[in-house]
Amino acid sequence: MALTEQEILAGLGKIINEITGIPAAEVSPEKSFVDDLDIDSLSMVEIAVAAQDEFGVEIPDDQLKHLKTVKDVINFIQA
Amino acid sequence: MSKDRVRVVVTGLGATTPLGGDVASTWSALLDGRSGIRTLTGDWVDSVPVKFAGLAAVDPNEVLPKPEARRLDRAEQFALIAAREAWRDAGSPEVEPERLGVVVGSGIGGITTILNAYDTFKEKGWTRLSPFTVPMLMPNGAAGWISIELGARAGAHAVASACATGAEAVGYAIEMIRSGRADVVVAGGTEAAIHPLNIASFAASRAMSTRNDEPERASRPFDRGRDGFVLGEGSGVIVLESEEHARARGARIYAVAGGVGYSADAHHITLPEQSGAGVMAAMRDALEDASLTGDDIRHVNAHATSTPAGDVLETIAISKVIGSHPLVTATKSMTGHLLGGAGGVESVFTIKALAHRIIPPTINLDDLDDGIEVEIVRDSPRPLPEGQLAAVNNSFGFGGHNVAVAFTTV
Repeated sequence: MALTEQEILAGLGKIINEITGIPAAEVSPEKSFVDDLDIDSLSMVEIAVAAQDEFGVEIPDDQLKHLKTVKDVINFIQA
Repeated sequence: MSKDRVRVVVTGLGATTPLGGDVASTWSALLDGRSGIRTLTGDWVDSVPVKFAGLAAVDPNEVLPKPEARRLDRAEQFALIAAREAWRDAGSPEVEPERLGVVVGSGIGGITTILNAYDTFKEKGWTRLSPFTVPMLMPNGAAGWISIELGARAGAHAVASACATGAEAVGYAIEMIRSGRADVVVAGGTEAAIHPLNIASFAASRAMSTRNDEPERASRPFDRGRDGFVLGEGSGVIVLESEEHARARGARIYAVAGGVGYSADAHHITLPEQSGAGVMAAMRDALEDASLTGDDIRHVNAHATSTPAGDVLETIAISKVIGSHPLVTATKSMTGHLLGGAGGVESVFTIKALAHRIIPPTINLDDLDDGIEVEIVRDSPRPLPEGQLAAVNNSFGFGGHNVAVAFTTV
């Protein structure tokens, strides 16, 4: 059964908090990983690895580089 | 003290060990004669013949923020914690980045990371590996992280000489300052090797105690009933500084790092050479390098790991090079053997002994083995006299590495 946007957002918030220390509450859909959350490329790889464990969806490197915002990742996981 | 060159002093101490999460708690436990060795409880314990070890008293994951901890191997976690304490203890010196160095090594490196990453790779594939797998497993990772943290640009080095690593790092740091490459160097050793494969491997080399019914009594250097070393984990790091730099900033000086001696047995990959020639050469060179005589040395923190092969040999070497007068102790009786971390924490202990003029005891020494002609500090601490005096820290490693570092009172 497909996860809702809220469920994915909650999971991503937890993952991003564990990897970067950013409070989960600050992880909202419109936030840009680079510009708003100051997350570097290796941290994005860590997030993608953790997201695969959490949601069972692999995010290949050539896709990952196009995912600029939290909403982009949610959409990718839902697709 | 006539050699015309830079004097190197110690201005900061840091440690995290099986006895405590910092220098103060570790030192207090040492003086109390407490054992840091405990029974292991992992589900893998049944698969190995040794069921105890000296786990770190404070789990680094409770000290470090999670985002930081998850990018570091446990050995790197220990080193960073010890380095931060040492740096704070030194008063967070103002030093030009190009004049600040790091020398922190490990005997084995990030072996737990390697093994866990291989499991992940086999079970889930390469895409599931952390992008930090390589910096976590590389043995120079701790040196690199500490240099980043402190902005140390004079060079970040990681020596590797098994159980002599921490002492060799201190020696390298002394030489780095003397040669003019740096004014301040953060140096020491770290290890996190309490993993079933390591225990099984050391047991396979017949080097470990199997006293499973009495873990706290298992590490018993110099005792007739000793049956091998006890694995510990943790890190010891010190801040070394040119005396000129330390005096100029009004730093508290614990001791002078007077000199270092190195040798290689060139004999056997794990067993000590029976004449003790290499061990004696290292101590002799340390004395020579520090312009000291045997009479100046009042204390030796022995390598003494509680193996049948090594302990008595070391005491014979001490009595031949230094004499029978120094008060000798084996703090591994309480901490266990921190492998690459040993020379780091035992440098801290040797320096503390000089600074406080008190020597921690060797515990579990019930029945002194034959052939030991130096005085072992046993059961309770022993004071050191007033006045100018010196001490030696010995560290030896698989591979035949021998390192002796001489420290003197200020």
